[in-house]
Amino acid sequence: MDALLLSRWQFAITTIYHFLFVPLTLGLTIWVALLETCYVRTQRPHWKEPCRQLVKFFGTLFLINFSLGVVTGIVQEFHFGMNWSEYSRFMGDIFGAPLALEALTAFFLESTFLGIWMFGWDKLSPKVHCLCAWLIAIGSNLSAFWILVANSFMQHPVGYVVQNGRAEMNDFLALITNPYVVGEYSHALFSGISTAGLLVLAVAAWKYVHDKASQDVFRHVLKAGAIYLAVGVLGVMGSGHMHTQYLAEANPMKLASMEALWENENPAPFAVAAVVNQYESKNDCEIKIPALFSFMLYNKPEGELKGINTINAEMAAKYGNGDYRPDVFGMFWSFRIMVGCGGAMLLIAFAVGALTHLNRLEQYPWLLKYLPLTLPLPFLANTAGWFVTEGGRQPWLVVGLQKTSEGLSQNITGLEVFLTMAGFTLLYLVLIVAALYVAVRFIKKTSIPVEGRDA
Amino acid sequence: MDYQVIWFILITVLFTGFFFLEGFDYGVGMLAPFVSKREEDRTLILRTIGPVWDGNEVWMITAGGALFAAFPHVYATMFSTFYLALFLMLVALILRGVAFELRTKEKCPCWQKTWDAAIFIGSIVPAFLWGVAVTDLAAGLPIGSNMIYQGNFFDLLSLYSILGGLVFVLVFAYHGASFLQLRLTDKGLLYKIQGLGKCAGGSAVMAYVLYLLLTMENTDLLARPCALGLFLATAVFFLASLCRFAKKPGKSSFILSALAIASVTVGFFAGMFPRLMVSSLNPDWSLTITNASSTEYTLSIMTVAAFVLVPIVLVYQIWTYYIFRKRLCADDPAHH
Repeated sequence: MDALLLSRWQFAITTIYHFLFVPLTLGLTIWVALLETCYVRTQRPHWKEPCRQLVKFFGTLFLINFSLGVVTGIVQEFHFGMNWSEYSRFMGDIFGAPLALEALTAFFLESTFLGIWMFGWDKLSPKVHCLCAWLIAIGSNLSAFWILVANSFMQHPVGYVVQNGRAEMNDFLALITNPYVVGEYSHALFSGISTAGLLVLAVAAWKYVHDKASQDVFRHVLKAGAIYLAVGVLGVMGSGHMHTQYLAEANPMKLASMEALWENENPAPFAVAAVVNQYESKNDCEIKIPALFSFMLYNKPEGELKGINTINAEMAAKYGNGDYRPDVFGMFWSFRIMVGCGGAMLLIAFAVGALTHLNRLEQYPWLLKYLPLTLPLPFLANTAGWFVTEGGRQPWLVVGLQKTSEGLSQNITGLEVFLTMAGFTLLYLVLIVAALYVAVRFIKKTSIPVEGRDA
Repeated sequence: MDYQVIWFILITVLFTGFFFLEGFDYGVGMLAPFVSKREEDRTLILRTIGPVWDGNEVWMITAGGALFAAFPHVYATMFSTFYLALFLMLVALILRGVAFELRTKEKCPCWQKTWDAAIFIGSIVPAFLWGVAVTDLAAGLPIGSNMIYQGNFFDLLSLYSILGGLVFVLVFAYHGASFLQLRLTDKGLLYKIQGLGKCAGGSAVMAYVLYLLLTMENTDLLARPCALGLFLATAVFFLASLCRFAKKPGKSSFILSALAIASVTVGFFAGMFPRLMVSSLNPDWSLTITNASSTEYTLSIMTVAAFVLVPIVLVYQIWTYYIFRKRLCADDPAHH
């Protein structure tokens, strides 16, 4: 068994699992904090109690998800030393710092205040309790910031010199202001909001249809959720657009693979669909819109885009002979899955938002009935997006500095990696099933009626 | 002072905090099944650590992150050396973390029993493995000149390291009992906890004496006066704590057991200094604060960050314990 291949699979599997929970945590914690702020600030007495119950309702869903996010996150931290210790040696001087800062600034904050928030309902004043919710939200999102600082370095190294056989940091400020961070972080933040937004809509739609007693409350949730989702998806699209434009200079290979663009083109077309043939470095068949990709990148219908073959030849000249192409088929289609899911989510947000605003929900009963079925969309988009990010980095571990094959621990065997990979995969699967079971049962049995009339 | 020395001290502090804090919450997790068979009682017992265990665990995560940032070679060598052991620890910690959240979400007894078992396993396994790991680090491991571990999984297990694991389990169980004595009101439960605590504490004393003898035999830690002094101080603190605990458990027995854990941790690091991992093949191949560290630039930035952030963290963590200072009783309102 090949330790390298298995380690890559292991990292991919555990990261994808972890990244099912992370965006939801990022978005849901802000959502819960917003709800709790409404609860603290509302002047309408008969709304006080339903609002509080709503906070607890989404808070519980958040906690179930959060616990899975945290435990799968510890695996990620340990992973670098366990499977990729040569990477850790090479990169530790740079990569360790954001990780340690993540623990110091974010993990302590979120976990400590989470404990207080969970158990402190009757021990703190509502305002202080609400402040705890915000601190959790800040902690979670700070943690995403630091980890993406670390990841951005791998995509686009800055502020370092290579000496003594490793990469050494010489400009910390450059590391945290890496333009790559801006794109990655804003994209992750808004994708968190979108993920949480769609979950909120799915849950609210289900409650609205199936639980008459809670209908009043969840009508409001639908409206707020639609706005939240729309903000998220629009943000994702804006930041994604900006980041893609930036990729043209920072990481052209990744960009060209996302488009399966093999030869230089000016203006570059946008391929809607393509049959990618990696062996012959071409597309066997494609449907394309002329000049659209150049327009997306340069805001005008002209401008050259380098093809994969050109960039590969350039990299071979620079770094020595070899294949520097990522998995183009995976890149091309992941990008389309991500964008497609995002588009669908925006439609959902507008549809639900418009109908609640116009009080026309009752005229389209199927919309809410089938809305929960769209819940996989953001998770699919997040997974595909993560594939674009990390798959697009291959064959590099750190672009231009260290190849994936050079980062592996030297004393672990294929069998060991296989055992741990199988172990994590099964364990995570069992836990997801358990968590989903608990979450669904909880959603079904919790009812939030409103006493008295709406003012 | 060199930045490397500062970071050696900071890592000592982080591990001390970790063993002290997570020590008692592992202990509570280990004791819960023995204190009572009733689900309500177990819920009550676990609620004593409910608001704090997650924050305590971050001490370990931060210690790991700090090792990565300050001594990347130690992080790389240590984590790849303990590969399978760390896998077991991660499985245990994953089960534990999820169990705290899920166990109360269903009323079915088999559901709760399953997650209770997960908490027990998730508490005893990491405690044991940390004991094994610390002992191995002190005794030395076959690390080559390239800083890479040359042995296999079974080289990590020796009579000495297994005894080390056992000492950790017993000490943490006792520490957990002395913590629980401060947090509950139910007379029956307290009586039961006192019995268990005396049992674990008494066994811990015997195991620790044996451990010290083997440490003298297997390591050079006790050759250093300050380490020797701290290891002996541990014995004194622990015995004093146990005496108080047997007579009238209270704050003093808990503080003394905390001091015992702190002094043994500091003693261990003092005995290791300036090494972090000992090579049994050649003393020159050991990983030290000089040959395993990050650059001075990285360390200087991290030092500033640590000196600003650690006090803030301490303040709000202490605040947590202050908020939840009241003893728990069965008729407290449910938390969520």
